[in-house]
Amino acid sequence: MSLFFIVLLPFLGALLPGLMNSAGRAATAGVTFTVSLAAFIGLLTNLPAILAGEVVMARIEWMPLLGLNFTLMLDSLGFFFALLILGIGLLIIAYARNYLSRDDNMGEFFTYLLMFQGAMVGIVLSDNILLLLIFWELTSLSSFLLIGYWKHLPEGRQGARMALTVTGMGGLAMVGGMLLLGNIVGSFDLSVILQNRALIQADPLYLPALLLILLGCFTKSAQFPFHFWLPHAMAAPTPVSAYLHSATMVKAGIFLMARMWPVLSGTPEWFVIVTTAGLITMVLGAVIALFKHDLKALLAFSTVSHLGLITMLLGTGTAFGAMAAMFHILNHATFKAALFMSAGIIDHEAHTRDIRRLGGLRKLMPVTFVIATLAALSMAGIPLLNGFLSKEMMLEEATKTALFGAPWLVPALATFGSLFSAAYCFRLIGHVFFGPVRADYPAKPHDPPAGLWLPPALLMLPVVAIGVAPFLAEPFVKLVTAAVLGEAGEVPKAYFKIWHGLVPALFMSIAAVIGGLLLLAVFNPALRLWEAAPRPEAKQIFEALVQAVATLAEKLVLPLHNGAFSRYAAIATATILAAGYHAYDSGTLAPATRALQPVGAVPVAAWLMVLAATAGLVLLHRNRLLSLILMGIIGLMVSIGFVFFSAPDLAMTQFTVEVVTIILLLLALNFLPNRTPVESSVLRRLRDAGLAIAGGLAAFGLAYHYLLRNAVSDPISGFHLANSYKGGGGTNVVNVILVDFRGFDTYGEIIVLGIAALLIYALTETLLGGPVRARLLNRTPDQPLAGDMHPMMMVVLTRGIMPLVLLVGFYIFLRGHNEPGGGFIAGLIVAIAVVMQYMASGFSWATARLRYPYHGIIGTGVLIAGLTGLGAWFFGKPFLTSDFTYVRIPPFEKFELATAALFDLGVFLAVVGAVMLSLESFSRLARRAHTPETEHPMDIDPSRDDPQTNTAKEGV
Amino acid sequence: MEFLVASAIGALTAGGIYLVLRLRSFPVILGISLLTYAVNVFLFTSGRLTIGGAPILREGAIGYADPLPQALVLTAIVISFGMTAVVVMIGLGAFLGSDDDRVDDAPASAQDSPEARP
Repeated sequence: MSLFFIVLLPFLGALLPGLMNSAGRAATAGVTFTVSLAAFIGLLTNLPAILAGEVVMARIEWMPLLGLNFTLMLDSLGFFFALLILGIGLLIIAYARNYLSRDDNMGEFFTYLLMFQGAMVGIVLSDNILLLLIFWELTSLSSFLLIGYWKHLPEGRQGARMALTVTGMGGLAMVGGMLLLGNIVGSFDLSVILQNRALIQADPLYLPALLLILLGCFTKSAQFPFHFWLPHAMAAPTPVSAYLHSATMVKAGIFLMARMWPVLSGTPEWFVIVTTAGLITMVLGAVIALFKHDLKALLAFSTVSHLGLITMLLGTGTAFGAMAAMFHILNHATFKAALFMSAGIIDHEAHTRDIRRLGGLRKLMPVTFVIATLAALSMAGIPLLNGFLSKEMMLEEATKTALFGAPWLVPALATFGSLFSAAYCFRLIGHVFFGPVRADYPAKPHDPPAGLWLPPALLMLPVVAIGVAPFLAEPFVKLVTAAVLGEAGEVPKAYFKIWHGLVPALFMSIAAVIGGLLLLAVFNPALRLWEAAPRPEAKQIFEALVQAVATLAEKLVLPLHNGAFSRYAAIATATILAAGYHAYDSGTLAPATRALQPVGAVPVAAWLMVLAATAGLVLLHRNRLLSLILMGIIGLMVSIGFVFFSAPDLAMTQFTVEVVTIILLLLALNFLPNRTPVESSVLRRLRDAGLAIAGGLAAFGLAYHYLLRNAVSDPISGFHLANSYKGGGGTNVVNVILVDFRGFDTYGEIIVLGIAALLIYALTETLLGGPVRARLLNRTPDQPLAGDMHPMMMVVLTRGIMPLVLLVGFYIFLRGHNEPGGGFIAGLIVAIAVVMQYMASGFSWATARLRYPYHGIIGTGVLIAGLTGLGAWFFGKPFLTSDFTYVRIPPFEKFELATAALFDLGVFLAVVGAVMLSLESFSRLARRAHTPETEHPMDIDPSRDDPQTNTAKEGV
Repeated sequence: MEFLVASAIGALTAGGIYLVLRLRSFPVILGISLLTYAVNVFLFTSGRLTIGGAPILREGAIGYADPLPQALVLTAIVISFGMTAVVVMIGLGAFLGSDDDRVDDAPASAQDSPEARP
C-alpha cells in the first residue's frame, strides 16, 4: 500500500467514529479497529521491501518553493516505529472498547485516538523535516485532547494543559532547530540531511541547532528537567496512558534522536548533554517511582526512568549503544503497555489504583496477576524475559562509558537506577498481588472479561518469546539499528543471548536485583525517610512559573489595553499622524505637474454644502435624528461629485447605498436613545478637536499634493481601457473591470458582503433568543406611534411603483456591461424597492409574500458567480475566464451574451440578499408579539362591515 | 477644483476623527461613516479629476477618466455598507443587552465628568 494511505487512513478514518456514535459502542470501536487494521496491513505490505533493505519513498510536491514537500520515507527504523504505533494501537482500541464506560463519548475518544495515530505515523514516516514538524505539533494537540478527555476532572484539564505547554514549547524550539538544520544543509529532506554529517557538525550553528532539537526531544520524551508533565498526564483514561505515554508519543523524542543520530551524535556536546540528561532522568524516575502509591504514577515515573535509559544509550554515540536502545524500545513498549493495561484492569475492577489499598489480588485476579507479574519481572530485568536482555546490554554499554572523566560514574549510577527499578517492580508485584486478601476493597475485585485481559496477554507473547529465544528478535533489531546508524557506523557483531559469561554487566544485574529485594524489605522505613525529605513539587513550580508569565503579560498589556475604545482610537490616530509626518519629513516634494482646473459656481455650492453639513454634523451630533439628515446631505453631495467627475457608476452606487444606510440607521435609532448626552470634559473635547484637525489637515495635504502631480509610474488603467471592448466585450470599463478583469476580487467581495449579512442575522437571532427579547417586548416607544400604521398614500404609491422599480432595476442590470449600471447598482435598486414594501405595508405583510429566504438568495448569488467562474475550467481556462458572443433573435436587435453577465447576475442576487437580510434582521427586533396582523392591505379598511378588522386598530 | 476636493476630504476626515473619539456608539458610527466618505473619495481621486470623460467607450471621445479607482471604490462603497450594518448591529446588541451605549469600559469613563451621566 502506498505510504500516503498509511498516513492518511487514520486521519480520514478519524471522521468515522464521531459519525458512528449513534450506531452504538461496538460499531464505533469496530470501525476504529478496521481503520487501524487497514493501515496496519498496509504497513505490512511493505515488509518484504524493508527486509530486502530497501527504502520506500513517496513524494508529492506541496510548497516546493518553501522546501516543504509531502515526502514520505519508510526504512526499517520508520517501519519499526510504525509497527509499534499501529500494532499496539490495535490492542489499545480493543482494550478501550471494554474499558470506557457507557457515560463516555466513545466516538469522540476514538476520533482523537485516530488523529493521534495518524500524526504519530506521520512523524515516523516523514522524509521532509518541515512535514515532520507539522505531525509533531499534531501529536501535541491530539494528546492534549486525549489527556483532557475526561473534561469533568480538574486533574485531567490541568494535566492536559501542562502537557501541551511543555511539549508545545519544546515543539517551538524544535521548529527553530529544524530550520537551522535545513539552512545548514540547504535542504529540508531528511534523506539529504542524513548524508551531510561532516557539514553539519562543522557548522558554527551546529550547537544551537542541536540544543533546540534536543529541547524538543527532551520535552516530548519527558527527560529531566521536563519529566514532570508525564505523571500529570496520567489523569487520562488508562488506554491513553498505555498508548501515548508508554508505547508511542513519549518515544517520538527518542525516535527523532535516533533518526538524527547519524548527523547529530558523536560530538562531545551530544555525548555530554544527552548522556547526562538520560542518566539523571533514569535515576530520578526510578527513585521517585518506588515511593509512588498510585499505580499509574508509579508506572509513569518508571516510564520516565526507562526513557532516560534509552536516551542515555543513544547519548553514548556508539553503535552498540544505539542497538541496545532500539532493542530496549521494543521491549519496553511491550511490557510497559501491558503493565498500564493491567493497572487499568485493577482500577476498573477494584475501583482504586492506590497500592496501599490493594494487596492479595493474586487469588482474586489470577489472570491479571500472571500478566502483570510477567511484565513487571521483565521490567525488573529477570532472565528469560525480554527486559533482562536489553538491560544487560545497557549495563554493558554503561561499563564502557566514562562521563566527566570518571569511568565509575556511569556504571555506578546505572546500577543504582537498576536497583530502584527492580525495587519498584517487586513492590508492584508484592504490594498489589501478594499479601493477605483484604476485606475493604472499594469494589469486589475479579478478573475482567477477555476483552480487557486479552490485549495485554497478547503482549506477553513477545515478552516471553524474545526473553527465551533472543535470536528471534536479533535480525530485526539489527536491521533497525542499521537504519539508525546510516553511514555513521557499522552494526555491532554481538549476538543476542541470555548467557554472556561472567561479565561485569551480570554482576551489576545481580546486584541490582538483590539490592531491589533488600530495598523492598526495608520499604516502610525508607518511605518515612523519603516523605520527611524536602523535595520540590514540580506542579507548583510549573504553575508559579505560568502565573508569573501571565502576571508579566498583564502588566505589559493592561495599561495600554484598558477597555477604553476612544483611547485606542486616539492612540491609533496619533500614531498614524506621526508616521505620516515622518514620511513627509524624510521624503522629498516634487514640483506640481498638473495645473489646477477652473472652478465654477456649482462646484463651490456643493463644496459649501459638504463643509456646512460636516460642520453641522459635528456640532449637532447630539441630536441623532438631525445628524442623520445631515449625513444624507453629505452622501448626496458625494454622489453628485461622482457624477461631476465622470464616475456615473459610482454616483449611482453611492446614492442607493446612501438610501439603505439611512434606513438602517433609522431602524437602529428606533431602539437607541435619541440624544447623545454631554459627557466629555472641555479639555478632552479640545484634545479630540486638535487630533481631528491635525488628521483633517494631513488628509487634505496628501490629497491636494497628489491631485496636482502625475502618478510616479504609469497606471495600468490604459490596459483596461484598451482591452475592455476587445477582451471583455463591454464598453462600460468600470463594469468590465468588476465582472471580468478583476472578477475574482468581486467574487471575494460578494462573499464578504454575504458573510456580513449572515453575521447580522446571527446576532439578531442571538439577541432574540436571550434576555434581550423580554426587554424588547416590554419596551415603551419613546415617540408616539403614528395614527395609521400603514398610510394609505404610501401603500398605494409603493405598490404602484414596485413593478416600475423592478423594471428599472432590470434595465440597469442589463445595460450594465455597456452603460452605467450593473449587478451592484441593480441589486441595490431592487433592494430599495422591496424595503419600501416593508416600510409601507408592514413587516408581516411583506414577509407573507416573500417566496425565497434571503439567505438562499445570497447563497444562490455566490453559487452562480462561482459556477460561472468554474465553467471556464471546462474549456481549459483559468477560473473566471470570461467569454462573449453576439446573437440575434429575430424581432430584436443584435445583442451580446457574455458569461460576465451571468457572473453579474450572481453579484446582483448576493447584493439583494445581503442588503435585505441586514435590514430585515433589524426590523425583526422591532416586531412585537401583539402587533395586530391584518389580512387587508390597509389599516383603514374599506370593508367596514367586516367585524374582525375593527380589532386591527387595537394596540395602535 | 483640486483644492475644493482636497479640502472636502480634509473636512470629512476631521469630522470623522472627532466623532470617532466620542464616547457613545452612535456618534462613533457616524464618525466611521464620515471617514468612509473621506476614504472613498480619497481613493477615487487617486485617478485624478476628470470632467466629462466617463469611462464608457464611445466614438470620438477625447479622454477617459481612470476606470480602475472607480471599480475599486464601487465595491468599497458596497462593502462599507455591510461593515456599517455589522457595526450598528453590534452597537445595538450591546445597548439592548446592557442598556448602555458607551464605547469605553467602566474604568476609563471615570476620568470624564460624572455629572452628565443619566
